[in-house]
Amino acid sequence: MNNRPYWITFLLLLAALVLSAANGAVFISPATLLQMLASKLPGVSMHPDWPKAFEVILFQIRLPHTALVALTGAALAASGGAYQGLFRNPLADPYLIGVAAGAGLGAVLAMVLREQGRLTGLYGVPLAAFIGAVLTVGVVYLLAYRHNTETTTTLILAGVAVSSFATALTSYLMLRSQGELRRSMAWLFGGATLNGWEPVVAATPYILLGSGILLTTGHALNVLQFGEEQAGQLGLSVRKAKSLIIFSASLATAAAVAFTGIIGFIGLIIPHVVRILWGPDYRRLLPLSLLGGASALLLADLLARLLLAPQELPVGIITSLAGAPFFLWILWRNRKKI
Amino acid sequence: MTYPEKIVQPILEIKNLTVCYGERIALKNISLNILPGETLAVIGPNGAGKTTLVKSLSGVLHPKSGSAHIRGQDVYQISPTKRAKTLAVVPQARNLPESFSVWQTVLIGRTPYLGWLGQTDPRDIERTRWALSRTGMLDFAERRIGELSGGEQQRVLLARALAQDTPVLLLDEPTAHLDLRHQSLVLNLVRELALEQQLAVMMVLHDLNLVALFADRVALLVEGELRALGTPIEVITPSRLMEAYEVPLQVIPHPTNGTPFIFPGGQKLN
Repeated sequence: MNNRPYWITFLLLLAALVLSAANGAVFISPATLLQMLASKLPGVSMHPDWPKAFEVILFQIRLPHTALVALTGAALAASGGAYQGLFRNPLADPYLIGVAAGAGLGAVLAMVLREQGRLTGLYGVPLAAFIGAVLTVGVVYLLAYRHNTETTTTLILAGVAVSSFATALTSYLMLRSQGELRRSMAWLFGGATLNGWEPVVAATPYILLGSGILLTTGHALNVLQFGEEQAGQLGLSVRKAKSLIIFSASLATAAAVAFTGIIGFIGLIIPHVVRILWGPDYRRLLPLSLLGGASALLLADLLARLLLAPQELPVGIITSLAGAPFFLWILWRNRKKI
Repeated sequence: MTYPEKIVQPILEIKNLTVCYGERIALKNISLNILPGETLAVIGPNGAGKTTLVKSLSGVLHPKSGSAHIRGQDVYQISPTKRAKTLAVVPQARNLPESFSVWQTVLIGRTPYLGWLGQTDPRDIERTRWALSRTGMLDFAERRIGELSGGEQQRVLLARALAQDTPVLLLDEPTAHLDLRHQSLVLNLVRELALEQQLAVMMVLHDLNLVALFADRVALLVEGELRALGTPIEVITPSRLMEAYEVPLQVIPHPTNGTPFIFPGGQKLN
């Protein structure tokens, strides 16, 4: 198998990571960045020739932020690719089919409970988001496929309906609550308002587990492209494969949403671009989407931070500005089939 | 004439198979066998249960009662993977993933032999290559499914079923969207493979003239019941067909090979 796509996306990710860590209110040159990182390695003693404030900026603010954004982008793009394969629909995306809104509702519910002192720490939030995500994907699936009609229209309409419902409940919960939560409306638009390492530590196990399982489902997704009936006749345990895909994609989506809010279109654009560049084989598409999604969201986040500096835009605004026209372009491209 | 008993064991044995959709009985007490190398055509009017038969053998539907065995193995007691090693389905070429390559599509026929991750070994590659070359599609291996004609797509699906390496082959209207040339191309190939590989082939066909030419035996289904089972000459008779299809028609011997030749016998409207 040709490894070039992996190298390209991997190098892109490295570049995006460095850019994200280097840029912000204070610029840290990549050379300094590397020295600072190296100084943290065990057994390396280095005389720091950088301002002391850099330590705090890099290790307490930039790196956790960069890590969280990269993890989120990876999770959204990989699960977007998987949902597209599962629904056999190029427009499936955690945002468009309402899974993100469902996860958001779950997350906010957990946050409200936390505020009332019935939950502690950040660890219940992704779990609640996961339950929300799985429930939504179930409802959308039942609505869209009830009569075995696999049309894009029903899928998207079901997604819109479920998504609006979940978002309305979320807004209600937010407006009713007091204090911190009320001010975090920006979270809904995908502003990574949480700082420090705690959200990274809380999100990582979910995203690793979700994406890790997802990466094993490439062949099953390939077989499912022939429809469930044929997939079964080809020897795939369809129910098991579908459950595993829904479980892992929803887990990854939920963890991403729980900590960075609802970010649209990354899960739509990235798998699409990968498919156009390197073909439809899901065994490659999923890992390449993972790497590409991390890079893309890092770059979008960089733009969101720099565009109106010192003010930061929620990154969801950038991805939606880029994603909505892309969505229309796909609609136009597939107009014969829809 | 008397035949020596049980010299050839049937590959596929269906006994008293009954399938229901809720309350409605779709197949009633169907029993039939298919021998190695034999091609059985299933005919009957729309809604007679032909596709239901294919679906209930391939595990999509479960029967209410009765059994189906392939080389002695109960089709309903084995896992999907194991079933896919004994029975392959050639569906109609519709709704295929257009961006898949021909090679990738045929390789997917190896699914029951592959691991969960889809890793292949040299045997999988060899069998895929053989299936492609046997169906005349090797030169198309790098092409995308969406670029192929209907007849070529149908041959790719046949190749995929051959890659599955099964003793039983089920075909669901394999000639539905094909022109005359590709109809006989595909059916000739199926018959050749049945004889050469000693496969048991069951195919659902609408065109009775193709049935007469390419089937060893014919099963006539009407309203879920097996009304007739025998050679084309035995089954394709005017009285049986008129009763089943409820249209006037004529059957005459084919001018070159004497098999039944059917044409509708109604009056022409002006």
